[in-house]
Amino acid sequence: MALEDLYKEVILDHYKNPRNKRPLPEAALTCSRNNPLCGDEITVFADVDGGTVTELTFQGQGCSISQSSASMLTEAVKGKSVQDAERLASDFRGMMAGEVEPDEDEFGDLVALKGVVKYPIRIKCAVLAWDVLQEALSGAGEAAASAPHS
Amino acid sequence: MYLDSAATSQKPRQVLETLLDYYERHNANVHRSPHLLGEEATQMYEEARARAARFIGAPDASCVVFNRGTTESLNLVAHGWARKFLREGDEILISELEHHSNIVPWQLAAQATGAKVRYIPITDDGLFDMAALPSVLTERTKLVSISGMSNVLGTIPPVRALADAAHASRALLCVDGAQLVAHAPVDVAELDCDFLAFSGHKMLGPMASGGLYARRELLEDMDPFLGGGEMISQVLPDHSTWNEVPWKFEAGTMNVADEIGLHAAIDYLDEIGMENVRAHEESLAAYAIQGLTDAGAQLFGPTDVLERGAEVSFWFKDIHPHDLATILDQEGVAIRAGHHCAQILMRRLNVPATARASFYVYNDRADVDALVESLGRAAQLFGS
Repeated sequence: MALEDLYKEVILDHYKNPRNKRPLPEAALTCSRNNPLCGDEITVFADVDGGTVTELTFQGQGCSISQSSASMLTEAVKGKSVQDAERLASDFRGMMAGEVEPDEDEFGDLVALKGVVKYPIRIKCAVLAWDVLQEALSGAGEAAASAPHS
Repeated sequence: MYLDSAATSQKPRQVLETLLDYYERHNANVHRSPHLLGEEATQMYEEARARAARFIGAPDASCVVFNRGTTESLNLVAHGWARKFLREGDEILISELEHHSNIVPWQLAAQATGAKVRYIPITDDGLFDMAALPSVLTERTKLVSISGMSNVLGTIPPVRALADAAHASRALLCVDGAQLVAHAPVDVAELDCDFLAFSGHKMLGPMASGGLYARRELLEDMDPFLGGGEMISQVLPDHSTWNEVPWKFEAGTMNVADEIGLHAAIDYLDEIGMENVRAHEESLAAYAIQGLTDAGAQLFGPTDVLERGAEVSFWFKDIHPHDLATILDQEGVAIRAGHHCAQILMRRLNVPATARASFYVYNDRADVDALVESLGRAAQLFGS
């Protein structure tokens, strides 16, 4: 398999010019995780209003796969309902398992990461940001559940 | 091109044939079975121990405990010695460049005893900052435990000077020999170390072979680590008494075939001569450092090959080591990328990870050339 299938231009573009890469200190939801095997780090900052992800940024360091996946994630998920975000996360994992054929409209640039499937050791790089997102969004449910009723 | 021997070495045919021969012709459990095969297996296993002892200059085979290698050996010292003898306020001194296997067991022992883990700083070149030693090696230090050769930077610290300083403070010296024993002549009497942990799989031997050298009286004083069969003398309802050293530390069925395979690996290395292994790697390290530097890579670790082994860590342009390793792999060059089980060192170097090429007896300059050439492909792909 050609390396160009893994390192597509769009991946390198997100890596070199990451979208929404900035801290959001006031964000309602913040979640960090690192991959202890390789040291990659991702922090996701999210605001959720009325069940919709209204703001989504990330910070992190790591390889082009982990960082471009995080950048693409912020673009794909911002503006979606929490439910749709969860579904996209599940579909993304499905794509990484080679089980889901990505819907180009829904996936956008994320389709470019499909080539990672052929490099099993790098799948964890691509999935890291999604682990962090899902952990952050699980806090959205808890935050809403524990919020005082007015 | 296999440039990841610091993670594990490849194994020569002589070692593989020894494993096969053992299982085909001599397989039995050791020290138990009163039959011919049992006697043969026991004899081969104990000959392997004597061979390992000779290889590292140990005075007596009983000073060598077999186990799965360096990690298990350091844990054995942490349990059998540190937990027994350390008290609150005591200190264990390690360095900033240690592998996690020479950090975490001491942290666990410190938590259990109230002792404290302290660090010898390293310089920007990856050398031990010996000027700082007096400020961290104090009368509270009971154990100094250091790598004999860094798996990340190749750094070879002045082990004998550290032994002398430790002993002057009435502390013991433990050496993580995972890399050192595989890549340089080692004599525990010359190093004057009290413990030396080593791994067979990094020195042409089978996975999960290797063990711990310790001074006989230390082994006598230490508590057993694992309880079970073979390590006992007498088992009574409320307590047991221990077998003699080293068997006191060899509970259950051991990696008999693998230690016998290690014997073959040591024979192979001694036939080359460890002085020659070391000279070959000094030469390769120098060639690799030059080639990588000329290609525009940023190197970590000592620049003088006399102070280091052939574990060569680097960054190439701004390409993350994981990306670099994937690209190089497609070019047929196998390197390691990551934190190399040395997160404290990564923080000290202020990098999240490094790429690492490491060399051994079967590598030559053509491998370095292939490595350097493949960097061009990475630069082209990443447009850097």
